[in-house]
Amino acid sequence: MVPAVPPPVRPNPVRAYFGNIRRAVSSTFEGMTVTMSWLFRRPSTIQYPDRTEKPVREMLPETYRGLLEVDLSRCTACLLCAKTCPLGCISIETCKHPDGAREFQTFDIDNGLCMFCGLCAEACNFDALAHTREFEASVSSAEQLTVRFVDRPGRLVAKAKDLPPRRPRGSILAALIPGFGRRRRRAAPPEPPASPAPAPAAGAEGPENPEGTA
Amino acid sequence: MNIIQHVANLLIRSVFHADPASWPWTWLVQAVVIGIAAFLAFAFVAIFAGPVSWIERRIAGRIQSRIGPNRVGPQGVLQWLADGVKCWLKEDLVPAAADRPLFLAAPYLVFTGMFGAFVVLPFGAQVVAADLNVGILYLLAITSLVVVGLLMAGWGSNSKWALFGGVRSAAQLVSYEVPSAFSLLCVVLLAGTLSTQGIVAAQGGWPWDWFIFRNPFMFAAFFLYFTAAIAEGNRTPFDLPEAESEIVAGYNIEYSGMRFLFFLFAEWANIWIMAAISAFAFLGGWQIPGIAPEQIAATKGWEFVGWQALSWTIFLVKATFLVFVVIQIRWTLPRLRVDQLMITCWKYLVPLSMLMVLGVLVLLALVPEGGGADTILRGAMVGLGLAVVLVSALRVRRTFRVDREHYREMEGRDLWYPPYRLP
Ligand code: SF4
Ligand code: SF4
Repeated sequence: MVPAVPPPVRPNPVRAYFGNIRRAVSSTFEGMTVTMSWLFRRPSTIQYPDRTEKPVREMLPETYRGLLEVDLSRCTACLLCAKTCPLGCISIETCKHPDGAREFQTFDIDNGLCMFCGLCAEACNFDALAHTREFEASVSSAEQLTVRFVDRPGRLVAKAKDLPPRRPRGSILAALIPGFGRRRRRAAPPEPPASPAPAPAAGAEGPENPEGTA
Repeated sequence: MNIIQHVANLLIRSVFHADPASWPWTWLVQAVVIGIAAFLAFAFVAIFAGPVSWIERRIAGRIQSRIGPNRVGPQGVLQWLADGVKCWLKEDLVPAAADRPLFLAAPYLVFTGMFGAFVVLPFGAQVVAADLNVGILYLLAITSLVVVGLLMAGWGSNSKWALFGGVRSAAQLVSYEVPSAFSLLCVVLLAGTLSTQGIVAAQGGWPWDWFIFRNPFMFAAFFLYFTAAIAEGNRTPFDLPEAESEIVAGYNIEYSGMRFLFFLFAEWANIWIMAAISAFAFLGGWQIPGIAPEQIAATKGWEFVGWQALSWTIFLVKATFLVFVVIQIRWTLPRLRVDQLMITCWKYLVPLSMLMVLGVLVLLALVPEGGGADTILRGAMVGLGLAVVLVSALRVRRTFRVDREHYREMEGRDLWYPPYRLP
């Protein structure tokens, strides 16, 4: 015997018809009030790059892996970093003086190749190579992506025994490439004086409400 | 006598010292004045469409918790100029396999359809390019020209997405003509005339003289017309012809440069037109509260100009308000499916608008104008309108307050950021 299948429950067509009208009207109305209320809410956009409260690089965490920089006064030219780099973006050349001192010929980092993995900085035993928080690296030609850290001849390779203190992060890069990533900033729009944060219950009774303009 | 003849006669009398009735060059002066009027209307469309595109993007931004364009010029007010120049400089591509004449002509046809509507829009007490005695019919007819343009664009592009868009828009426009015509018929029944100026003159300056608050059926007819007009203008939630997520951009997908801009131009102009029609047919148009149109017509000189300007402003304010509503609807409602679109039209809007016509007819017969029942009806409708405004304001306030507490807990800042505080 075939089991009796209950007939599908069909809504009353008349009620469905007017129910649809009611739902269309009420949901449009509700939707309009919600979107209207958003006109009075603070937008969450951060206006990069020129209207943030401070430069974005200063808002990044200390461990951010931005552009690499090397402090040549601490670099012993051990080539660990160049060998660690899986992409070979670091090229180091030195030459030997007759008196035994070594001089840097090149210390180039190709930012166009670098994937900012951080392996090289980890390999450096002398805190010479490190990431900065600089990231605004756009330049007008691909060659300019290679940063040449040997800015003048006669930069001697450091001795591991007496290393000078590390220069502040980012200062070398900034000195090397003036204006690099330093974009013109406009003042952020002034916030009106912050009213003392009222208690949650009192906050609802704030002097301003969207009613008048709704 | 309309304003064009008026101005022409004035010119002939004061500049040429001739009698306009017998002077042989009257037609030439009139033609020049008509040309100037057309240019002014064109400039109005252009100047209106641009800033509205910027305003829409700013509002859309705020609704989506963004800011919107604010870099070109102070607060981005010149963004539309930048966009225009950009489109102007772009290459005007014609697909190799396109039906060239159709493809090239389509944007202008769409634009002409929109622009033609401006002829009968009553901007002010005497400010109307031509007060046709078949104004409403003309409006319905000329805006249907847009269908032809869209179909031409869809067919001429030789792209399946464009064709889909064109066919969809044809189906949509033809369907939604019916409820919008029926809703306007209610207005015509009450006004007893098809002329746009006549319809405005049949209303008054105060809200209880407006057609929308005349009786419950007119109140509903206004919303029916508004819905149908949004659909006719291909605006969200009825923007199926250009549904980005389904058919990429619809009928205008193969267009670039200035031709593409003409489509957008027509869209913006159309928002204005539908808002203007709603404003003059239901919301009293340019009527100044407390001043009868005859009093305005009787004034002379600068006084006349002043009243004209005031009526013009009133009309602009009403229409602009409706433009804002249209913009907000766009960013509130999701797009309908094709079947839902047709269901909305044929199952809901058409029968309902017919019902409204019937209702208006019955009330016209039963409730004499100016009688006690009429007054009560109007008062009740104005009360209903006020209640709608008030309730929505309270709802906005409640929605805002609920989230304000959460925001303060999470961000430590106040959520309040009114639209006039521009970031
Ligand atoms: S961060 Fe990685 S890819 Fe870049 S230079 Fe260092 S090791 Fe090479
Ligand atoms: S940067 Fe560090 S790892 Fe690289 S060569 Fe210099 S000292 Fe060695």
